Amino acid sequence: MLGADAMARCLVKEGVRVVFGYPGVAICPFFNSMLSVDIDRVLVRTEQNAAHMASGYARISGEVGVCVATSGPGATNLITGIATAYADSIPLVCITGQVDSGQLGSDVFQEADITGAVESFVKYSYLVKDVEDIPRIFKEAFHIASTGRRGPVLIDVPIDIQNASISRFVYPDEVNLRTYKPTVKGHTVQMKKVIKAISRSERPIICVGGGVLLSNAASEVSDFAHKYGIPVVSTLMGISVMPTDDPLYFGMVGNNGKSYANRAMNESDLIIMIGARVADRAISQPDLIMDNTVLVHIDVDPAEIGKNVGPHIPLVGDIKAIFEEITKYEAQCDCSEWVKTLSDYKAAEKSRKKPREGFVDPAVFIAMLSDRLKDDAIYVADVGQNQMWSCGYHKVKKGRFLTSGGMGTMGYSIPAAIGARAAAKDRQIVAVCGDGSFQMSMMELATMQQHKLPVKIIIFHNGYLGLVREYQYNVYKGHYSVVDLSGSPDFGKIAGAYGIPFYRMDDMKDAGKILDEFLASDDPALMEIMIDPLDVVK
Amino acid sequence: MKRLYSVLVENRSGVLSKVAGLFSRRMFNIDSLAVGETDDPNVSCITIVSSGEKNTLEQIEKQLNKKIDVIKIKTFNEEESISRELILVKVKYNKSTRREIMEICEILNASIVDMSKGLLTIQLCDTPERTKLLIQMLASISIVEVARTGVLALQKCSLSD
Repeated sequence: MLGADAMARCLVKEGVRVVFGYPGVAICPFFNSMLSVDIDRVLVRTEQNAAHMASGYARISGEVGVCVATSGPGATNLITGIATAYADSIPLVCITGQVDSGQLGSDVFQEADITGAVESFVKYSYLVKDVEDIPRIFKEAFHIASTGRRGPVLIDVPIDIQNASISRFVYPDEVNLRTYKPTVKGHTVQMKKVIKAISRSERPIICVGGGVLLSNAASEVSDFAHKYGIPVVSTLMGISVMPTDDPLYFGMVGNNGKSYANRAMNESDLIIMIGARVADRAISQPDLIMDNTVLVHIDVDPAEIGKNVGPHIPLVGDIKAIFEEITKYEAQCDCSEWVKTLSDYKAAEKSRKKPREGFVDPAVFIAMLSDRLKDDAIYVADVGQNQMWSCGYHKVKKGRFLTSGGMGTMGYSIPAAIGARAAAKDRQIVAVCGDGSFQMSMMELATMQQHKLPVKIIIFHNGYLGLVREYQYNVYKGHYSVVDLSGSPDFGKIAGAYGIPFYRMDDMKDAGKILDEFLASDDPALMEIMIDPLDVVK
Repeated sequence: MKRLYSVLVENRSGVLSKVAGLFSRRMFNIDSLAVGETDDPNVSCITIVSSGEKNTLEQIEKQLNKKIDVIKIKTFNEEESISRELILVKVKYNKSTRREIMEICEILNASIVDMSKGLLTIQLCDTPERTKLLIQMLASISIVEVARTGVLALQKCSLSD
């Protein structure tokens, strides 16, 4: 058995169902060995999207996403995808081919020091130097990626190691890492403190982040909120922990969030942050809210506690494990008055300024789209105005909302939606992007067609890099620089070239009918909606 | 505020760069850094002296702990540690300065370990304050070159140990 065969066997042992990748000479032994195992291989059109597809796959399946690239440019092209996954704590195992180990360091053809290059974007990385280490390294990599705070792990395998014979293949049952033992169970004393703080509080608020979804704890956290009637707000990454129409849910916080969500945070006397890292876009001035509130911070990563804000009650552990436990304690809490106040704030929220006639109103459009989506639909937003409108107006029922939150990587939506489709072939999936972000990954339409992973794609066409244009409007008095997207192709012809049905919506007339047709089948479809070029998020 | 970190790590290639990279990426200071094998050849000890706000010094420990190659971190203030640094100082001398240099060496317990007609190499192994003092005293005379190990430290033994 060769090292490459061992690599493929390791993936089988880990229950991997699909890998997203792009071959090159340095990873050819591995792809050859993949012919003899029952794992789907998806050929992407550029490596960055292999990582995004693995990310979409991981977020929907709850498994580790796997992407593969060759040495040199293949590996370096993965980096943005790896960094995107790292910023949102998505579990990936990224496998790269490497030049012959005897030639490492001599700058031969397609050599890149990928383990060095990704050091600050991975949870861990390996350069395999001995073929006998392959089973242990793969076991460790999957374990590290999928436990504690999730994240990407990279395995770099020189071609001679892939071609070397392995004496005996034994896949380890257990991982033995003396340096890596993430905390799972919450500390009892701290949990009791949380319960006590809730009993003392009159205006508590729960703020959920992406960590709740990563820990698969949405229902536990939601049940806890309902048990005491505590209102909930979310960060961008925490959208879809609660259904949008839940009476206890008060939207997304932050500078692009709902004003009533931010008011709820500012006026509360107890903030319970769960799986959120108190980043600048959610809470721009953490010191201010700390003045007259008690802060509880629950996270699996002890380094997040006190990084951006020093909490009064830190609680480290896996969120699911903590909420399964904490629900056994009883708090005295009646915040019905407080919820009523927040509901009044919500009802008084002014609706967005109507855009000019003759265009599609993105807010109204997204609301209409949400109404028509299946309950468990997966909505993938790209980055930019389309993303901000999506988090403002998409109504989550029982489905998921995916986007690149931490890194804000344009072009994420199409590959992530395709990856999500590979994980959930029976679910409805919609990718929403701008005309800028669409052109960053439109090459993946071929991947979608080739591998029969159909998704619905909606392009918000405004002819600009809209969010940057909006920023230049506000900060540079409308002096636009390098944001005009003139020269974009005819998206209908692009769809036609790939054999994908195309729909176009110029204004709100017939919007319902066009949407119904667009969503009618399970086939892929592309829709272009015409947005006022000068429309703004707020 | 100064703090010493005695970081036990897996003795593998690339670990030092991961630890040093963490400091540069997160804007943590490195005042000094020294690395060497421990009594266990699989384990190296990286001694780092850093300075910053209390919050930053806590983050350094937490972020180091996240590194999978880090086995254990001991952290202590200067006064809780025995710390030593070895320095070698090469100075230019002539008839009129030779006596003064020898007196400085005598006072600070430094030794002259090499010499030629115009140059002397002085060695001192002492606390960081004393090594700093030696450099200050020799600075006015003409230092040619300085090499130093960086601070090594172990926690003080307590009576109950």
